[in-house]
Amino acid sequence: MSNVIGNKVKNYGLKKEKGFLEHIMLNKSLYVLLIPGLLYYLIFYYSPMYGITMAFKDFDMFSGLFSSEWVGLMHFKKLFHSDTFFTVFRNSILISFYKLFFNFPVPIILAILLNEVRNVHFKKSIQTIVYLPYFLSWVVIAGLVVNFLSPSTGVVNTLLKSMGNEPINFLANKSYFRSIIVMSDLWRAMGWNTVVYLAALSGIDPSLYESAKIDGAGRFQQITKITLPSIKSTIIVLLLLKVGNIMNNGFEQIFMLYNPMVYEVGDVFETYVYRLGLVEARYDFSTAVGLFKSIIAFIMLVIANTLARKFGERGIF
Amino acid sequence: MKIRKRAIDIGFEIINYMFLTILGAICLYPLINVFAISFSSYPAYVRQPLMIFPREIDITAYVRIFTNPLLLSSYKNTLIVTLVGTAISVLLTVMTAYPLAKSKVKGSRGIMLYIVFTMFFNGGIIPTYMVVKSLNLLDTLWALILPTAMSTYNFIIVRNFLESIPDSIEESAKIDGAGHICILFKLIIPLSKPVLATVSLFYAVANWNRFFETYMYITQRSNWTLTLLLREIVSDNADIMNVTDPTATETVFPKTMQCATIVATTLPILFSYPFLQKYFIKGIMLGAVKG
Repeated sequence: MSNVIGNKVKNYGLKKEKGFLEHIMLNKSLYVLLIPGLLYYLIFYYSPMYGITMAFKDFDMFSGLFSSEWVGLMHFKKLFHSDTFFTVFRNSILISFYKLFFNFPVPIILAILLNEVRNVHFKKSIQTIVYLPYFLSWVVIAGLVVNFLSPSTGVVNTLLKSMGNEPINFLANKSYFRSIIVMSDLWRAMGWNTVVYLAALSGIDPSLYESAKIDGAGRFQQITKITLPSIKSTIIVLLLLKVGNIMNNGFEQIFMLYNPMVYEVGDVFETYVYRLGLVEARYDFSTAVGLFKSIIAFIMLVIANTLARKFGERGIF
Repeated sequence: MKIRKRAIDIGFEIINYMFLTILGAICLYPLINVFAISFSSYPAYVRQPLMIFPREIDITAYVRIFTNPLLLSSYKNTLIVTLVGTAISVLLTVMTAYPLAKSKVKGSRGIMLYIVFTMFFNGGIIPTYMVVKSLNLLDTLWALILPTAMSTYNFIIVRNFLESIPDSIEESAKIDGAGHICILFKLIIPLSKPVLATVSLFYAVANWNRFFETYMYITQRSNWTLTLLLREIVSDNADIMNVTDPTATETVFPKTMQCATIVATTLPILFSYPFLQKYFIKGIMLGAVKG
């Protein structure tokens, strides 16, 4: 890929003999096109980075960020001595890990099964249906989950009651909360996540299967000997990127489903920072919590991306 | 031996079809159930909450929600954010991706790093909130459009697609004396229809479903969007419709109204989705799979 880019460079007036200014004058409009996008990142991504200094200051609303007093690592010391912080840290990692462990293999299996379907119409219909939940907002899904698990009218409790059991208020129960998060995530994303694998599967040379059949390989052997090895690198790269994202749980899913009764098992960095910062208005302390999370996430992502590149794929880039 | 193998294959086939059908049903049932409840009378719902088809058809819930001023204004705001936001986002994305594809400008690598770095590290929730506040965007619909105007992920998809357009096309236009802007709008954008349809869909869905920013930046009810309204209805404040509509006299059944609101909020996406599906599969493959 990079060779191709290298060859193309000379087509755009970047030849050495031409001066930098001349190049800009010739291609003014290209640079003008770039300005809004660069400004966007400057304003909404890079200027908030200045706000990170808040994590090292005693932020005073009235004197503003610049003239607030520096306090060094005070907020971080407080952070490492708080129990809530460790609860949140543990929850963030555990929930991500459960999602990874239980939900990561599903799209792979699903993609292989879909790939084995010979009836095109059936395959297309199932694909359309299983992609669908991905396009729903978490608010809607939370509504569906609440509906589904409702102690009075939900499917699950109706079944429990018909078997003579007491109904359970699942969403207010610490022992079920993480499972609900993992399963609702699976419901939403399993279909959509097959897209990449299906793309990889469509690239397999059909003659491999033909010759395997002639050699007497059955369906299972074809899957384990041809299909899986062909998508191995895709699986590894996606797995690495998931591991790299282990600190990020996203705000919306947890926020829509949790309640004070399950904070102990469900509160993650995103929701904790939100409550500390915007509900309790402890801007400086919550920025410190956010920064701690961002740094760990950054390290994880860089490692994952480097490893992904080692596997010959381009990672996020 | 051979016969046994064939029997296993046929068995596999049957189980596979059954399994995928059940999976499809699991994905679809909750939506069908909500749809059926929203069109049923409340007593019918109480008797048969797990229904698949509407019973004792009753559209009071829809009449109630669609005559509610808060729902109408939220609908309007969501539409504005989705349409204006998506238009701005797609334009911004393609404008930024074009000069960077095939390194047309000097320092492309540096600029790419400047953009992609934001996927790895960002200021976080509170500092971003402060910036939006200092720009006086709080409690305006712009707060839902500008801070999320560009998605780096979508930008990469578009740039990858533009990289794959053969040079010869741009070259011949250049020989004919066309400028960069002209090439971009007359040639590149029409050629990029599948990928632009894909990212438009992604942006539109993200805008339509946007909750976090709305929840943080919007306080006035007149600026609410559907997701905020839905959250109020789905959570404890199920009687919000009554609170905001003092003229309401008839009894309201929160459950059927909840479902009707979910349907009203979701339907536009479900409708546009099959039409765009053929594009986005192609588009996402172009973006995701190594070319």
